[in-house]
Amino acid sequence: MDSTLRLIASNPVDQLARTVEALLVVASAPLSVAELAEASADDPERVETALGLLRERYSERRSGIVLEEVAGGYAFRASREASDACARLFERPVERGLTQAALETLAVVAYLGPCSRPEVARIRGVAADSAVASLVERGLIAEAGRESAPGGAVRYRTTPLFERVFALESLAALPRLDDLGADTGELRDRLLEVASARAS
Amino acid sequence: MAATSVRELELDLDAFEGPFDLLLTLLLKEELEPREVDIAAIVISFVEILAERDEIDLEACGEFLVLVSALLELKARLLFPDEAAELDGLEPEEAAEELARRLAEYRRMKEASVWLAERLAAERDRWFRLGPAPLAPQPERRLAPQDASALAEALRGLAVPPPKVSLSHMALRFPPVSQFLERFRSLLARRRRFDFDAEVGGLSRVEQAVAFLALLELRKTGEVALDQAAPFAPIRISSSRPWPATAPTGRSPAPPRSDAADEPMPSGAVQSTVPSGLGSSPTSQEREEGLELSHDERIETWTARSA
Repeated sequence: MDSTLRLIASNPVDQLARTVEALLVVASAPLSVAELAEASADDPERVETALGLLRERYSERRSGIVLEEVAGGYAFRASREASDACARLFERPVERGLTQAALETLAVVAYLGPCSRPEVARIRGVAADSAVASLVERGLIAEAGRESAPGGAVRYRTTPLFERVFALESLAALPRLDDLGADTGELRDRLLEVASARAS
Repeated sequence: MAATSVRELELDLDAFEGPFDLLLTLLLKEELEPREVDIAAIVISFVEILAERDEIDLEACGEFLVLVSALLELKARLLFPDEAAELDGLEPEEAAEELARRLAEYRRMKEASVWLAERLAAERDRWFRLGPAPLAPQPERRLAPQDASALAEALRGLAVPPPKVSLSHMALRFPPVSQFLERFRSLLARRRRFDFDAEVGGLSRVEQAVAFLALLELRKTGEVALDQAAPFAPIRISSSRPWPATAPTGRSPAPPRSDAADEPMPSGAVQSTVPSGLGSSPTSQEREEGLELSHDERIETWTARSA
């Protein structure tokens, strides 16, 4: 009995899990497996195993802290059942008061980024300056170089914070655009009909 | 037909995000052809809405102006594709295709923004810690190879006790009263009478004060007689002992020289009367020691006098 206990206590993966747990509680942004492996000076595969242990331990309805895979890494968050209590004490500065214009701009940058303000304006048909500024201030998008032409406009891309706020494991987790605009063909047909009527 | 449809349209401008949004709504909900959109009718309906309200919302007006002008431009491009710079050289079919492509692109983004809004609402109960970027690149501090003996040398320089700060300038120096007693006595041994002011003229204020104490001491013991013609007039000091009782031997008694008393003594002569160790330029250490001694002595003098 005694020897069995000692065996469990000295289980190296369990020890690694404690280290990973410690790293995650200090972090304020998701940590990737590579970062966790480097910090704990251990093998990435073993870190994944340790994360599996932790995911089980920190899961909804089992713990007030939940380990989630988000924004290309792992992070602790509050359990959903504690959200009312959190809302009484804390603010959500990132997403509070996001306008429709900002959401449209965010969608353009998320799907087509990195892209510049003129590109966003071309797609939306209106200037995107204030929407872009608001998103930058919230930390949802960030500058990502310039367009290749000399004096090119600044390009923007979404940040890891965007993925975290929208609970995306990565940008690849966004739904496919084709699934969203299902009746595009119908629109095209109607316009073509108009054009041919005029040409004749 | 188109005009009536637009008139019936409830034009809530806040609901539209740009001309594509408005156009999409017109195309899909009201089933209007783009080139048949009566923009004048839209303007009229907007003005009617404004008239119903008592106040003018300048922001809404500005937004409407932008929307309508963009819409007008789109319509013009569609109607006159040859003159539209962006659609230059395109056949009507191609122009329609281009507009359809752009509208479709916008529409997909609008759908995506709807998905994002729904996602945001669904994830509203996920709370997590927000903080400043915790993984800022760590500056690698590269140090040049150092010699241990250089470090020891640097430490040795620091280990030297700091020089003692001299406070000598912060206190008054009181020369001992006895110094002036002896000085005046030796002076009286050579001269029967002298002028106090002339004698102490070259001394500091403190030294003059101590010299005056010595003078009072001599007066008390009856060695001198003091004489002052008027307040602030020169103080004359004359020996009350019979001249030349204390005079150096071999000197004949000379008649009192009234004018000689007014003459200041040469500074060299004054210095020669000062006992050794209390010269005019003692070292700083001597001065400090002298200060302590004179201080104690002065207190003793005062204590003795008041007793």
